[in-house]
Amino acid sequence: MRSADTPFVRSAARTDLDLHLRVNGRSHRIRAEARETLLDVLRERLGLFGTKKGCDHGQCGACTVLVDGRRVLSCLTLAAQAEHGAVTTVEGMVEHPVGRLVQAAFVAEDGLQCGYCTPGQIVSATACILEGAATSDEAIREAMSGNLCRCGAYPNIVAAVRSAAAVVERR
Amino acid sequence: MNRLAYLRASSLEEAKQALALPGSIALAGGTTVVDLAKLGAMKPDLLVDIGGLAGLDAVRVDAGRLHIGALARMADVSRNADVLRLAPAIAESIERAASGQIRNMATIGGNILQRTRCAYFRDASTYAACNRRTPGSGCAAIGGVTPNHAILGATDACMATYPGDLAIVLAALDATVHTDMRDVALVDLFAEAGSGRETVLADDEIITAVSVAADAGAARSSYLKLRDRQSYEFAAVSVALAVDLTGNGPQIRVAVGGVATKPWRLPSVEAVLRAGPPTRARIAEAAATAAGDARSTPDNHFKIRLLTRTLERALLTALDLS
Repeated sequence: MRSADTPFVRSAARTDLDLHLRVNGRSHRIRAEARETLLDVLRERLGLFGTKKGCDHGQCGACTVLVDGRRVLSCLTLAAQAEHGAVTTVEGMVEHPVGRLVQAAFVAEDGLQCGYCTPGQIVSATACILEGAATSDEAIREAMSGNLCRCGAYPNIVAAVRSAAAVVERR
Repeated sequence: MNRLAYLRASSLEEAKQALALPGSIALAGGTTVVDLAKLGAMKPDLLVDIGGLAGLDAVRVDAGRLHIGALARMADVSRNADVLRLAPAIAESIERAASGQIRNMATIGGNILQRTRCAYFRDASTYAACNRRTPGSGCAAIGGVTPNHAILGATDACMATYPGDLAIVLAALDATVHTDMRDVALVDLFAEAGSGRETVLADDEIITAVSVAADAGAARSSYLKLRDRQSYEFAAVSVALAVDLTGNGPQIRVAVGGVATKPWRLPSVEAVLRAGPPTRARIAEAAATAAGDARSTPDNHFKIRLLTRTLERALLTALDLS
């Protein structure tokens, strides 16, 4: 970086960071560049390849993860910004009370074709159900509009979200 | 993304010190800055993360005004009971914007400051000419593909559309933007398109909140958004209205989005609506003045008629005449 002319900025600004991330209940200490996104750190440094890089610009939703229970786009989140949050990826869904129901529903309803968007769909659908947004097919389509599926598996994705939401509702 | 430095500010003073350095930019939700830095449309040396600053994310009602903290997340604001009750169009415009994921990330201050979606601005590696990115370099959109470009406020320097939804409602509600240094009317926040500046704010000036009067017009506010897809799409045309029927004759404030270089009030329309009872004929007459100053390309000429008709429909709906 260019020279910082105030002592505070000089001491606090970093191009390389020592980060402490909590992902799927595990603690990780990593060294990363300031410009690295949470998505790249998950995949390239932590070996969690479930989270997918689709557009890398916040337009497709394939990289959706939960941070403190809220669905966010890991491609537009710098790893440094996620330092104080609890990150849950699709690999963590098996331990997630709603996430595992959503996974099972995607299998039962055949909610995928090529599968590339599916991790993002599952994480997003899990949050969408917990937000109380999965109240009708129309509401599901609206709440899930940030997750694109280029195979066009939308009818079965909506069916999977509807059926998982119904199971959650019964409990 | 270029190699850059990151600093997590723990106070407004720290953030201001860092933002005073050339090449630095504030980072909040990240949905604009991280995107544009990856594209190379923005090449910051230092990202100053203000996301952790305390006390800037609250929604509160004070002295008849609804205040929304600059760091409040879009999703939280759209579900806030005071917002829904006092200025429903604010919630409506947020619900119609972006996706669930982005609304969980993006802050109110960042949403207002979001950059244009003009492809010639965003694609820095293909198009060198962009007066917004590099003042004086020209405009690659001239003669290009421009169905999404502005018909109001467009100049030879820039015809890029302001893409936001929330700021259109804020313009109709005469919102005030509060910074750490002063108050600015929202409609005065944005600099002339292609002037080399996005806003009138100083480099180290930080938006702390935005507020609107919790008046009768805000309580009866509405937002109508037309777009190419039903969801997760920017406006082709949008109309924000604040309708006050409590006085002698209706007081109607009108702002439009998707068609202008910045959040755009329509005083000519408001003047026609003030002249007498809001009949269907008067509404049609008012809407017909909306595009009076329009400047279109063959690609976006359709927006003139779309603007007029969308405005007419929004007014008829808001006045229960539809």
